[in-house]
Amino acid sequence: MAARPDNQWPLWEVFVQPPGGAPFEHAGSVHAVDAESALQNARDAYARRGEAVSIWVVPSAAITASTPEDVGPFFDPGNDKPYRHPQFYSVPRGVRM
Amino acid sequence: MDDATRAALVQYLLRCGDDRLVLGHRLSEWCGHAPILEEDIALANLALDLIGHATLLLKLAGETEGAGRDEDALAYLREAIDFRNILMAELPKGDFAFTIMRQFLFSVASLYQLEALVRSTHAELRSIATKALKETRYHVRHAGEWALKLGDGTEESHARAQAALDALWRFAGEMFLMDEADERLVRAGIAPDLAPLEPKWRAQVTDVIERATLSVPASGYMQRGGRVGRHTEHLGHMLSEMQILQRSYPGAIW
Repeated sequence: MAARPDNQWPLWEVFVQPPGGAPFEHAGSVHAVDAESALQNARDAYARRGEAVSIWVVPSAAITASTPEDVGPFFDPGNDKPYRHPQFYSVPRGVRM
Repeated sequence: MDDATRAALVQYLLRCGDDRLVLGHRLSEWCGHAPILEEDIALANLALDLIGHATLLLKLAGETEGAGRDEDALAYLREAIDFRNILMAELPKGDFAFTIMRQFLFSVASLYQLEALVRSTHAELRSIATKALKETRYHVRHAGEWALKLGDGTEESHARAQAALDALWRFAGEMFLMDEADERLVRAGIAPDLAPLEPKWRAQVTDVIERATLSVPASGYMQRGGRVGRHTEHLGHMLSEMQILQRSYPGAIW
C-alpha cells in the first residue's frame, strides 16, 4: 500500500495538570493550526471531565526525544550500579518518610 | 406567582429551552462528519452542553406549568407547532462555515442573556443561568476563533463564511424580539429586557466580523415566527428524526 501523505494539521503534544497541584503529565496529542486551537482541542479531548486545572500544548516538532538506539548508552549503565539509589543508610528515627 | 406570570414564565422557558435543544440537535448531526476528528469532538461537546442546558430549562418549564410534563415529554412528544425556538436554530446544518457562523451569532446573544439571567429574581432560573454561562463563554471563544480563521483564511473559506453570514443575518433579529409575556417577566425581574442587549451583541459580532475581513450584511427585513410556533419546513423533518424513538416505543428506557 502506498504511504498516504500526512495532510493533517500540525501535531501538538498535550500536558495536563491534575487538580491538587500534581505535576503536569503527558495526556496525548491533538492536531491544530495554531496554539489557541490546540489548547481548545486539548481541552475538548483531555480535560472535559475535571481531569485538569491547567493545560500545556507544545508543537510535537519542538520535542527532541531519545531514540531506541540510545537505550543502551543512555539507560543500561544504571542497571548494575545499585549504589546510585539512596538506600544504603538508615533513616534516623524521627525523620518522616 | 399569579397565573399570568406563571404562563409567561412557561413560554419563556420553552423558548430558551427549545433554542438550545434544536440547535444542540443540529450540532449533533456533525458527529462523525466534522472536517477533522478534533473538531468532531468539539462540536459534539458543544451539542451536549446545549442539550444539557435545554434539559434544565425544559424541566423547569414542565414543573412551572404543573401539567405533569417532564423535560422528556416536552422534548420528544410535542409537535413542531408547539416548539418555540427561533427559526435560525432549526435551519439545516449547512456547510461547516454556516454551522460556525450560526453558532457564533447565537452564542454571543446567549452569553449576554445568561449574564443578565444570573441576576434574575427566580432562584432556579438563576442557578441554571450560572451553570450555562461558564460553558457558553467557551462556546463564544470556540466559534469566535473559527469565525476569524474562516473569514481571514483561504479564498474559499472566506466566500463560504460570507455566504453563511448573508444567509443567517435576516434570522438573527428574532433573538431579540419581545412580546407581552417577556415584558411581564421583565417587570417581575425574572427575565432581562432584551432591547439593551442587542447593541452589545451587535458590537461584539461586528468586531469579530470585521477582524475576520468579512462584511456585516445590511440590516433589512427580519424573519420571525418561531417564538409563536410558525416554523420553517425544516423543523418537522428534524423532529421526525429526533423524536422517532419515543414516538415508536413510548416510554422506552435503556
